[in-house]
Amino acid sequence: MSEAPAAPPTASADRADGIDLLLRPPRPRAGWRLLPARVVAMCAVELQKLRHDRTELYTRAVQPALWLLIFGQTFSRIRAIPTGGIPYVDYLAPGIIAQSAMFIAIFYGIQIIWERDAGILNKLLVTPTPRSAVITGKAFAAGVKALIQAVVVIVIATLLGVALTWNPLKLLGVAAIVVLASAFFSCLSMTIAGVVLSRDRLMGIGQAITMPLFFGSNALYPVSIMPGWLRAVSRFNPLSYQVDALRGLLLGTHAHIALDLGVLVVAAALGIAAASSVLGRLAR
Amino acid sequence: MTNDRQRQEKADTAPVDAVACTGLAYTFGETRAVHGLDLSVAEGEVFGLLGPNGAGKTTAIRCITTLLPVPAGMVGVFGHDTAGDRMAVRRLLGYVPQQLSADAGLTGRENVALFARVFDVPRRERGARVGQALAAVDLTDAADRLAGTYSGGMVRRLELAQALVSAPRLLILDEPTIGLDPIARTGVWEHINAVRAATGMTVLVTTHYMDEADQYCDRVGLMHRGRIRALGTPAELRRGLAERRGTDTLPSLEDVFRDVAGSGLDDTSGDFRDVRSTRRTAHRVG
Repeated sequence: MSEAPAAPPTASADRADGIDLLLRPPRPRAGWRLLPARVVAMCAVELQKLRHDRTELYTRAVQPALWLLIFGQTFSRIRAIPTGGIPYVDYLAPGIIAQSAMFIAIFYGIQIIWERDAGILNKLLVTPTPRSAVITGKAFAAGVKALIQAVVVIVIATLLGVALTWNPLKLLGVAAIVVLASAFFSCLSMTIAGVVLSRDRLMGIGQAITMPLFFGSNALYPVSIMPGWLRAVSRFNPLSYQVDALRGLLLGTHAHIALDLGVLVVAAALGIAAASSVLGRLAR
Repeated sequence: MTNDRQRQEKADTAPVDAVACTGLAYTFGETRAVHGLDLSVAEGEVFGLLGPNGAGKTTAIRCITTLLPVPAGMVGVFGHDTAGDRMAVRRLLGYVPQQLSADAGLTGRENVALFARVFDVPRRERGARVGQALAAVDLTDAADRLAGTYSGGMVRRLELAQALVSAPRLLILDEPTIGLDPIARTGVWEHINAVRAATGMTVLVTTHYMDEADQYCDRVGLMHRGRIRALGTPAELRRGLAERRGTDTLPSLEDVFRDVAGSGLDDTSGDFRDVRSTRRTAHRVG
């Protein structure tokens, strides 16, 4: 691909005047302010990309809509799943929010391998950004993207007649839960990326873990009807804690919100630590 | 005491090399990519690291940019050791990797703004600084278009703007003109030169285009099998070979390279991965 021949740059006065800022290195931010600044930078990039191309937003809305529309409505009629007296589609909606947020986050490992191949990751790692800040930034960027997805699912659920809360404080809690869980799942995916190092392998593993995570949680049915072994799996599955908290906040069902929040904070922190420790392997 | 002070004063006034590598070695499994590299790049010069694919240029660059961990004492950037003082080194660097690394899903301005943010440019100054970086590479008019619509030469200039926005003292470019047509190649080099003239920054560039190195670099190091085989200004190296051969006609830099590298060049020029990466970049540039 060729371009029009650029005019040879001249050392004219206006050019010389126009680079004064490029002669002065910016002053480094103080220690504790660095991490939030990097997180904001990476979240901003994610929002800018979504603004330019909303295709992903629309295509990703299809699957949750189908789950709620077909699965939710059908199982509402069958009444096979004990939901504690609420319509099944209502019971399902928080599970589908959690599921669609997880599906977004689980792609971050593939994205980071793509960024490695494209040189974007290396360039970022040569900036004054500690590896843990790169990972935290990406984790929260996944959270922001998942949050937008959650809004879409909440709108779809509302259109289907699900009575979700509009209490702003509870919605703020929902946002926090979605961001934390997405941070964990994106870090899980980036950790696997740092171990397997190739997109093909990661896609296989991603496929292999997302469905068990989804079906081994309380997203579709309560833990009480699970067989013993699945109940044990569910206890170690952060998705279950996310769904429990979302149900409690959005529908007002009985939930262990403090425990859920605690588990998700610890899971996100562990995920960030694990992914940061293997990020160097991707730079090699 | 007085001696200490004199030594300290001497250390303060002595020019510090922009890059100093001492016995730099790096091994991938069984492959010794860089094998005892000694290199010093003086402040303000344009230094070219030359060699075929697989010579170890990119590995050396990745050690200098802190991407690959090396033991203390092997690599220094303006006196900061890359092993112990990574953050200080990174604040001094502007880096353009071999691949086309601008984000196609963002506009030119957003691409540069990201790097202003991660180098802690305060918000009140960010817009103006990003504008100046884009103007320095003649991308002001295209700044609000998606980078995905840029030509290969424009992407390279955008990456240059990304590297310049933090006012680096050392600009590192890994194969900046790979895959570009001659006009775009000249354009990229002219912008590198203009920026360097205006800012006085040091430039470390790798290339396997000998003609470019001859034309644009103050000094070059010819690298082969992980080591520097010849070092000097392009004119010095060419004259040296002419003297060794006892001829009046000045050989090209490529002749010098063939002379120092010996035979078997073609068999060692890069493994499958190198070639794939190079071709992919060339393909993306178009």
